[in-house]
Amino acid sequence: MALYSEKVMDHFSNPRNVGVIENADGVGEVGNAKCGDIMKIYLKIENGIIADVKFKTFGCGSAIASSSMATELIKGKPLSQALELTNKAVAEALDGLPAHKLHCSVLAEEAIRSAIKDYYDKNGIAYDKAQFPDPADEDEHHFEED
Amino acid sequence: MKTVYVDNAATTAMSDRAIEAMTPYLKNVYGNPSSLHTVGQVAKEALDDARARIAKCLNCDPKEIYFTSGGSEADNQAIRSAALNGAAKGKKHIISTAFEHHAVLHTLKKLEKEGFEVTYLDVHENGIVTAEEVAAAIRENTALVTVMYANNEVGTIQPIAEIGGLCRARGVVFHTDAVQAVGHIPVDVKADNIDMLSISAHKFHGAKGVGALYVRRGIPLRTFIEGGAQERGRRAGTENIGGIVSMAAALEEACENMAANSAKLIKLRDELIKGLLKIPHSRLNGDGRARLPGNVNMCFEGTEGESLLLHLDERGICASSGSACTTASLEPSHVLLALGLPHEIAHGSLRLSLSENNTEEEIEYLLSEIPKAVEKVRAVSSLWDDLKSGKRKHLID
Repeated sequence: MALYSEKVMDHFSNPRNVGVIENADGVGEVGNAKCGDIMKIYLKIENGIIADVKFKTFGCGSAIASSSMATELIKGKPLSQALELTNKAVAEALDGLPAHKLHCSVLAEEAIRSAIKDYYDKNGIAYDKAQFPDPADEDEHHFEED
Repeated sequence: MKTVYVDNAATTAMSDRAIEAMTPYLKNVYGNPSSLHTVGQVAKEALDDARARIAKCLNCDPKEIYFTSGGSEADNQAIRSAALNGAAKGKKHIISTAFEHHAVLHTLKKLEKEGFEVTYLDVHENGIVTAEEVAAAIRENTALVTVMYANNEVGTIQPIAEIGGLCRARGVVFHTDAVQAVGHIPVDVKADNIDMLSISAHKFHGAKGVGALYVRRGIPLRTFIEGGAQERGRRAGTENIGGIVSMAAALEEACENMAANSAKLIKLRDELIKGLLKIPHSRLNGDGRARLPGNVNMCFEGTEGESLLLHLDERGICASSGSACTTASLEPSHVLLALGLPHEIAHGSLRLSLSENNTEEEIEYLLSEIPKAVEKVRAVSSLWDDLKSGKRKHLID
């Protein structure tokens, strides 16, 4: 379908890093079923480096491709670098997303932040709270609360 | 890779008969039916002939047929016209259903802003409104009842003859958007007591960009496109002769073959439904019996519709979904929500709309490929993980 770039279709059809990490060091979940997107990221951290990352996503083609690309971009990277990943970088790495699908790349960025925050919380690692704003899906998703 | 086209509720391929019928009006008979000269008058004859043939298929008088650019225009004109006629008598209440096509719903929403009151009747889990509910909603000031003949997403057929009968008895104008029904199931405007009815040629193998509005004699039709005396002054603009001729040919063909097509389609449809229901945690949306012969609409729990469509497209299968992601909005299909489905289930819907051109082999192909595509989507789905682990309860058994 011409809606998506070849890169998006490649990551959708052959998603990288799909799966679950048992006893993950950090887990992040963003989105909700009502909106049709739930992204879940699992991290294995060794010496401040993302040794492994897996994802599971309920969502559209661009949500799956964004998850796949985001995991590729942070795998093997130090946490500090992973925290710098922006939704723009994810979308650009996919050769762009249609305007109404950009929120999928935002979810990917948020899922990674949420997983890293979970790792910090579990291990009592201090961090700057300003670095972890609440997932801003309300800005992107105009839905009513349950 | 072969293509299996099962999105006939979106549009159909033109039939050879419709293409052959329209071709001379694209090539040789190029006249304007409003012209006095012979070239124009030949086109005028074709227009009159097409009108008579379409009227015959619907069981009305040719003078009761107004050509439009399609179903949406016909719906807009019918509803706005009835609303204005009602308002002139102080009647500003309209009755409809929650799952009409947007050509109807958006027109009604605008009328609400203009001071009309609209009652949207429930269509229940089976996707069918009852005549009793329509009767109960009628008031002294009801200007119009508009209920679709058959739903475009879930294919459920409404009790139109009953609703038409009670509207006639109560003196309320009755319009039906019959875009999905005409050419597929028997529609007779007299027997069904219909005052106004919208049709669209490309839903029954005619050309795109052409439709018609039937308006029963005696019901005043308002003009919204000004600029000429075409369509007896009710709709200006040089007629789309080729398209109109294709519509007449396609409708005749569809009506001639309706019994045979319908028997074939019901068999294929039911085979497909039966096979797809074997997929764990799947459901059929809308009534299984009072349903268009070619409509299948399913939900597969834990899946998202757009992902499913992309996997199907990779297999050459052209279908559609009521998922939010297939539209530019974040809301899933208003039709599935009107049936009472929760959002997360509605996001995972798949519509397969068959035509008589589909074959038994294609159904077998769908039944071999769709379960694989569902499996692929579920394998990546976090929602499916939660359902499997029991963290989230299944909503479909």
